[in-house]
Amino acid sequence: MFAYIVKRLLGAIPTLLFLVVAAFFMMHLAPGGPFTSERPLPPEVLANIEAQYGLDQPLWKQLWDYVTGIVLHFDFGPSFRYKDRDVNDIIAQGFPISLTYGTLSFVVATLVGVSLGIAAAIRHNSWVDYFAVSLGIVAQALPNFIMGPILILTFTLWLGLLPGGGWNGGQWEYLIMPVIALSTSYMGNIARLTRSSMLEVMNSNFIRTARAKGLPARSVIWRHAMKPTLLPVISYLGPVFVYVLTGSVFVDLYFSTGGLGQSYVNSALTRDYAVLLGVTILYGALTILVNLLTDLAYAWFDPKIRY
Amino acid sequence: MFAKSDKAADLAGEITDAKAIRGRSLWRDARDRFVRNKAAMACVFVLGLIVLFVIFGPLLAQWSNEEIDWNRMGDIARDGRPSIENGHYFGLDELGRDLYARVIQATRTSLLVGLIGAAMALLVGTAYGVLAGFYGGRLDGAMMRFVDILLAIPTTLIIILILVVAGRSFITLFIALGAVSWLTMSRIVRAQTLALKSREFIEAARAGGVSEWAIITRHILPNLLGVVIVYASLLVPEMILAESFISFLGLGIAEPNTSLGRLIAEGAGTMAYGTLWQLLFPLFFYVTIIITMFFIGDGLRDALDPKDR
Amino acid sequence: MKHTPKLALAALLSGTFLSGAALAAGTHPETGEQLADDQTFTYRVLDELSSLDPQIVEDVIGSEFARDLFEGLMSQDEDGNLVPGVATDYDVSDDKLTYTFHLRPEAVWSNGDPVTASDFVFAWRRAADPETASPYQWYMGLMSIANGEEVIAGDLPPEELGVRAVDDHTFEVTLSSPLPYFPQMTTHATTFPAPQAVIEEHGKEWTRPENIVSNGAYVLEEHLPNERSTRVRNEMYWDNENTILDKVVTLVINDENVALTRYMAGELDRTEVPAGQFPRLKEEYPDEAISFPRLCNYYYTFNLSDSGPEAFKDVNVRKALALAVDRKIITENIMAGGQPEAYTFTPEAVAGFTPPTVEMAEMTQAERDEMARELLAEAGYGPDNPLSFDMVYNTSEAHQKVAVALSQMWKQKLGAEVELANMEWKVFLEERGNQNFELARGAWCGDYNEASTFLDLLDSDSGYNDGKYSNEEYDALLEKAKTAGDTTDLYTSAEQILAADMPVIPIYHYAGVYMLDSDVGNWPVNNVEQNWYSKNLYKIAE
Repeated sequence: MFAYIVKRLLGAIPTLLFLVVAAFFMMHLAPGGPFTSERPLPPEVLANIEAQYGLDQPLWKQLWDYVTGIVLHFDFGPSFRYKDRDVNDIIAQGFPISLTYGTLSFVVATLVGVSLGIAAAIRHNSWVDYFAVSLGIVAQALPNFIMGPILILTFTLWLGLLPGGGWNGGQWEYLIMPVIALSTSYMGNIARLTRSSMLEVMNSNFIRTARAKGLPARSVIWRHAMKPTLLPVISYLGPVFVYVLTGSVFVDLYFSTGGLGQSYVNSALTRDYAVLLGVTILYGALTILVNLLTDLAYAWFDPKIRY
Repeated sequence: MFAKSDKAADLAGEITDAKAIRGRSLWRDARDRFVRNKAAMACVFVLGLIVLFVIFGPLLAQWSNEEIDWNRMGDIARDGRPSIENGHYFGLDELGRDLYARVIQATRTSLLVGLIGAAMALLVGTAYGVLAGFYGGRLDGAMMRFVDILLAIPTTLIIILILVVAGRSFITLFIALGAVSWLTMSRIVRAQTLALKSREFIEAARAGGVSEWAIITRHILPNLLGVVIVYASLLVPEMILAESFISFLGLGIAEPNTSLGRLIAEGAGTMAYGTLWQLLFPLFFYVTIIITMFFIGDGLRDALDPKDR
Repeated sequence: MKHTPKLALAALLSGTFLSGAALAAGTHPETGEQLADDQTFTYRVLDELSSLDPQIVEDVIGSEFARDLFEGLMSQDEDGNLVPGVATDYDVSDDKLTYTFHLRPEAVWSNGDPVTASDFVFAWRRAADPETASPYQWYMGLMSIANGEEVIAGDLPPEELGVRAVDDHTFEVTLSSPLPYFPQMTTHATTFPAPQAVIEEHGKEWTRPENIVSNGAYVLEEHLPNERSTRVRNEMYWDNENTILDKVVTLVINDENVALTRYMAGELDRTEVPAGQFPRLKEEYPDEAISFPRLCNYYYTFNLSDSGPEAFKDVNVRKALALAVDRKIITENIMAGGQPEAYTFTPEAVAGFTPPTVEMAEMTQAERDEMARELLAEAGYGPDNPLSFDMVYNTSEAHQKVAVALSQMWKQKLGAEVELANMEWKVFLEERGNQNFELARGAWCGDYNEASTFLDLLDSDSGYNDGKYSNEEYDALLEKAKTAGDTTDLYTSAEQILAADMPVIPIYHYAGVYMLDSDVGNWPVNNVEQNWYSKNLYKIAE
């Protein structure tokens, strides 16, 4: 098991390297640079700035300096757009925010989604089932970005209950809307997935046998049906966790949370190369890590799988 | 945004356990099962209506999707309401263009995005997966390694960069969506191919001297079809959702064309200004398409999954 | 020659303010308005600021911070006139090449150190120094300081820049050539003083709230990127008694519709009005919806270079397209924020500019459309040979609306086949800069309140002339204006040439369109550059 984890983590290094190289060249392929502006800078001023940031070097040299900077000093370089800050600052400031509301959204989506799914499956074809199914489907079919304006209008303007945005160190009233907005669609999906998985398990032979033996329904559900029900759900949760952390641009945009999602999209649009690369590496590493955790969780849940 | 792919992978995984499909009768069974599924059939019917609407709706339109109604654009909230008399059945958008014509055009775009995006994933993913799975060994290792790496790149980055580098058009949009959607498909197909390869009937074909190409086209591909169709049907709504996200970022299709995601983003922005129809009409079509596609996908899965409930 | 701008008034004001900060709860000394107990002003900004370093800052949002946190030699009042800042006055030598600024001795940094001439010397050298790599380095060149260009190019060390601390409170600048508006240029953030010791101690991190030392009316209390910043009264500021606002809060809200919702919910005192919403808001909130002219234009430029389409080389085609634009629809129905229709390149609000009588402006739209059709037919385009071209704009909802409306006007009135393309900002700049376009959107905001800031754009040699328009007569007029005493007529003639050649299609001139809470006092609507200072604002009790 331990050897397996080490092997997977080591295997991540070439993946990340490839990621850096690919992202680096793709970025430089995009027209315009970090200092392309509506008021073109005089050539000598542009030359000074490019020299300062090392952009006058050949591409391979820039890449080399960048990678060695990370490996040797854990320095992800300066931001070209936010000139008082470097990438380490930007990530250190934005990532904890994304992580906080992302994790909360993940927990909410999972808890509510799984409970809803189980309730629907246990009372199959009852109003609980219909309610859960419709809720799940609608939640999933709405584009999640429309949740932003709807929530702000309702809770801030009409009801006057919650602040319309900001982070304020992660106080609870600032967290509610981002978490609802972000978790809804995943919640719907998890509910649907849990329900269909549970229905299938409840129909399987071993559960029928257990019931035929006269075991109480409760115990059958909790002791026998739970683990196999959750298996497919778990394999879905891994990617969801990555998505709530990385796909949260709209939360940052609407709720001014100051998270990393916004910096990410903006850095691509403004050609803030170092920020874009830094966040790409972070997200890539996160994806790899979460995939590993998913596999481990899977193994724990499913005794048939051994590493 | 592409989260559902793993659900799909899983659903598809269930079919892996199913017996390999033999002969025609199984397909007929599947069709019968699908036809008996009321929810799925109802959704096919509704989706059919939407397709008909997209095809024949323009005949009723009194305005094109780009014409501005100069007389009514001044006060949209008052003069731009949906109205049968003035020919703007769905009202006007923020600029005074006929929302009816725009919704039709947007629905067409979104359906095309879904279908073509899924089709691209299907073709590329299947070819890649079969190749890796069938030939195995080093080739398989390298190919799957590549997929793993690509999967670690955030999809938003890939899409933004493709749209930025290559400029915006229908084609780039499809390429961008296709570029991120084939990965999971290829993994599923590979796993299926690996499983099939060790089956007796393939062994038998090999022993009988059937060429590799013939084995792939005659035996492997037909047996993959069920999984691939199920997964592709689940990809359609996923592509539409992804496109709406791109539109939200302002990177979608270029004017005067539009997509449902774009219309919804615009409508959501102005919903506090008394022009709610600008959100509701596109949202209705969008949600209907997504929901019907969910049920059709589920129906297909149930139909192609011989484990009868 | 002694210049003492508005000093008398300043002295008068400080004389009346004796009770200092206690005023906050009282009445305004000049207007007598009842002041609110809570003197906090909260406003929305679109985006995170680029830098808080005065020598490096390049964006409007960052400059607003710089004007509050730092104080330069000179400042602007509510109408954009020059008023004393750290310098009480200045002398100009007879050859107009040496400016001597007299600094007020009571000015101190927020850590108690006096603000001296050497702080300015340090800052100005720093701005010009290639090592600093400031995007506003060119500004030091624009100021015509002796050796400025050489220092920027790295040919001379920064110490050779023509600035000198005569003594602690006397700062002397030597120019390479006379520059009539030089004093006005010292209101810009690039020229603000910088605390050498702090910068040397903390490096790039000196602008963090825990490190920053500033000399303006406010100090930075907190800065949470992409979320919020707070600046509070600087107790050490020399004119602290006359500062009324205690606290200024900036919220970063990207989406203008969300910002408006939050304004309605009472979270903001000021926000921008989204395009098209002004008439409705004006009706509902007549005291809060405000609109005033800005120094910015909005136009479409033809590509007149070799890579441009043949059709646009015909002035009749250019004129026809310009005539067929119904500007009223764009200003009243699309933007709807009180923007003036544009028939000249330079906004009328610019000081010392009298727009010429342009034929087009005098006609009715029906006459214009008629003339457009005639001109286009003359140029050989008609139903059998329709004019067709591409137009590009950068991605934005408002630009898109204008572009779609324009294309529809040309399509319906002239039968032109117009292909729309929007590009993401950086791509757009790159393509337009390389003349890879046929018709492209453009907009320009004046760097200073003078017509040349706009007209220079179309000079044959200008780096900003993306359409590559070239007219010798026009260039000659601009050249003449650089040294002329009275430039009004020259600029008017230049605009006449533009009206005849039509290298660009002026569409409208920008307006500042805000929702501004009626309890905010003294917003400088007459300052067309919108250089506002929080110390001049106050909150009225409701």
